Amino acid sequence: MEFVQIALLLVQMVCAVLALTSRDLMVAVILFAAFSFCSALLFAMMGAVDVGFTEAIIGTATTLFYVAVIYRVERRSSA
Amino acid sequence: MRKSFGSIILNVAFRHLTPFLMLYGVYVLVHGHYGPGGGFQAGALLGLAVVLVQMVQGTRAEWRIGVSGGIILACLGALIYLAIGLAPFIWGGNFLDYGVLPIAATPAEARALGILGIETGVTMGVMGVIIVMFDLLTRDNGEREE
Repeated sequence: MEFVQIALLLVQMVCAVLALTSRDLMVAVILFAAFSFCSALLFAMMGAVDVGFTEAIIGTATTLFYVAVIYRVERRSSA
Repeated sequence: MRKSFGSIILNVAFRHLTPFLMLYGVYVLVHGHYGPGGGFQAGALLGLAVVLVQMVQGTRAEWRIGVSGGIILACLGALIYLAIGLAPFIWGGNFLDYGVLPIAATPAEARALGILGIETGVTMGVMGVIIVMFDLLTRDNGEREE
């Protein structure tokens, strides 16, 4: 169980760094969704099933909002 | 959202998926006493079901609640919460003290029913706010909703 948690935390770190440095906004949003899902799994593993459930649903909702906004703005980030 | 990005595959898939999503939302609401879940999660699920239909089908969506409808839904939820919370004052209880309500035989059953009513209000509020947020984010400039 410890090993799985450490692996999930490493995946979270990689996802966060890649999402921050990515030039494509859609890639950043999908990586952020992966980050959110990993943290939902971590919450559920640590016994906080309610928090993990909320995190999964809200991660989905924010991903939907970001995708809807990306269709209205430039997909490539300039800076 | 004027321009949908749904193909025939997405359209058929969500036509079959959305009823189960809404049923799951209602299950999370009424099963919130016994397991994980509750008003907030159920409201987010029900709002997501409506928003997904709007995203796939665009303006042709059947369940198009809109900005004003979403605001009315959210305010109605807050009103339900306040009404159920203030109702125990009539029978000499405190705020949100459902045990004194004469709606069930024992105070424990009255508390369970009161919590269900409160959670219904929270569900309506969260669902309306999510629909309003999505409609405001995706509507075209200059388009007037209703």
